[in-house]
Amino acid sequence: MAYAVGSLALLMLALSPGAFADETITDAMFAVNNTWMLVATFLVFTMHLGFASLEAGLTRAKNTVNILCKNTAIVAIGLLTYAICGFGLMYPGEFNGFLGFAGFGLDPGENGMTIAYANGAYTYWTDFIFQAMFAATAATIVSGAVAERVKLGPFLIFSTIYVAVAYPIVGSWKWGGGFLDGMGFYDFAGSTLVHSVGGWAALAGIIVLGPRAGKYGNGGTRAIAGHSLPLATIGVFMLWLGWYGFNGGSVLSADPGAVSLVFVTTSLAAAAGVIGAMLTSWTVQKKPDLSMILNGALAGLVGITAGADAVSVMASILIGLIAGVIVVFAVLGFDRLKLDDPVGATSVHLVCGVFGTLAVGVFSAEHSFTTQLIGVLCYAAVCFPSALILFLGLKYTVGIRVDETEEDCGLDIGEHGMEAYSGFQIFTTQ
Amino acid sequence: MKLIIAYIQPEKLNAVKKSLQAKEVAKMSVTNALGCGQQQGYRESYRGVDIEVNLLKKVRIEIAVNEDFVEPTVEAIIAGARTDQIGDGKIFIVNLEECIRIRTGERGRLAIG
Repeated sequence: MAYAVGSLALLMLALSPGAFADETITDAMFAVNNTWMLVATFLVFTMHLGFASLEAGLTRAKNTVNILCKNTAIVAIGLLTYAICGFGLMYPGEFNGFLGFAGFGLDPGENGMTIAYANGAYTYWTDFIFQAMFAATAATIVSGAVAERVKLGPFLIFSTIYVAVAYPIVGSWKWGGGFLDGMGFYDFAGSTLVHSVGGWAALAGIIVLGPRAGKYGNGGTRAIAGHSLPLATIGVFMLWLGWYGFNGGSVLSADPGAVSLVFVTTSLAAAAGVIGAMLTSWTVQKKPDLSMILNGALAGLVGITAGADAVSVMASILIGLIAGVIVVFAVLGFDRLKLDDPVGATSVHLVCGVFGTLAVGVFSAEHSFTTQLIGVLCYAAVCFPSALILFLGLKYTVGIRVDETEEDCGLDIGEHGMEAYSGFQIFTTQ
Repeated sequence: MKLIIAYIQPEKLNAVKKSLQAKEVAKMSVTNALGCGQQQGYRESYRGVDIEVNLLKKVRIEIAVNEDFVEPTVEAIIAGARTDQIGDGKIFIVNLEECIRIRTGERGRLAIG
């Protein structure tokens, strides 16, 4: 009886305003924190539906099965490799700051399920699964950039190695308490750690793979239109929805102030990204291009991801707006450089990921631009060459590109022996 | 005046258009078609069961030409579409009774252009 009354009193204390400011974390607060983190986890998970839809929508119908298969496989690969070794590499505990390993597999230890594990913010399992969703997200960025001409097998090999080894090691430098964390480098939810890591690999892939057949020629660029802009739009909105978990969960607790602020900065940045891209596209391309506007929303989201909790509301709007403008020019710019990116992954994730990270140094008084720049360069220095080496290694052993006939007929028939739209007559002639 | 109807492999369309352009034949109409001839088709499968693909995807090109363009057009189509494999397609040449340009009302040789 006394126990029940005592618990009730504690509960009432926990639910009273300012309870989160208290030092003592109660069971109720632990439950709320952990629940929010798990909600954030499955929100990040829905981003994979977003990626799948967006990529399918922006590529040709004859390659749709292949795109969807890559996206489905990558979620699986990301989660499984993270369980096997990724989590241990990314959070090695005490280490030299550059490379450490907490061991294979998962082990909650004595207090993994208790308040003691993370000061009542989440359990070990929540920690793992939340971070695992991020890992899978980084891997899937590459699949859009290399779409419509990469061989399935080599791509999956690349993804497995990259997400199992490269992603967690470079991630440990900041989130795992490594040397960049010690320097004061700041990346709230992963503009650098997730988006640019994926972006550098995407860039390496595009360079090694080469453009799609017929994309560049006679000194000009040929548009290869996506087959379903409704699907692409659905994809972007799913990604935006998932971002509430991506950024909101990166608070690493259910702290009402922090999470609600992050929701606001995230939303406003996305909105500003849409407007920025729309105005830019309308001006530069004479008519507003929906695929650019969609990329603009994502650009704003990627841009705010580094500093969603560290910049003011006004700054988040500015960051989103600038990202939206940048992404349009980045897409056009990559085409000028003859780097073929069917979905704009490099423009959105790499360019805006770097921008978002640097923006924290500009718009937040507590963070130095120089440190942010150093961080960006460190990731570039490791991610880009390692992805390049992986792709080159695969190219000169098993080959990474489908042959011309298969690229013409479509990877759905070539790699999978099936059609995405069976019974429909699609033009396979583009 | 003749109407040239060609059934080709869909992925050869771009190559055929290029070789037609080289012979200065730029006017045509293109439709999707399903067809079969001697070709056994490619394998498809769905959830563990092989699919019998009897009617295969083809592309049908129709070009109206004056007499002197018939041979160049046929040559260009063959050059673009031929892969020496079963399934390359067929070309039919039919007599064209009349040809009228809607915009101007021109008839005959002038309308074909």
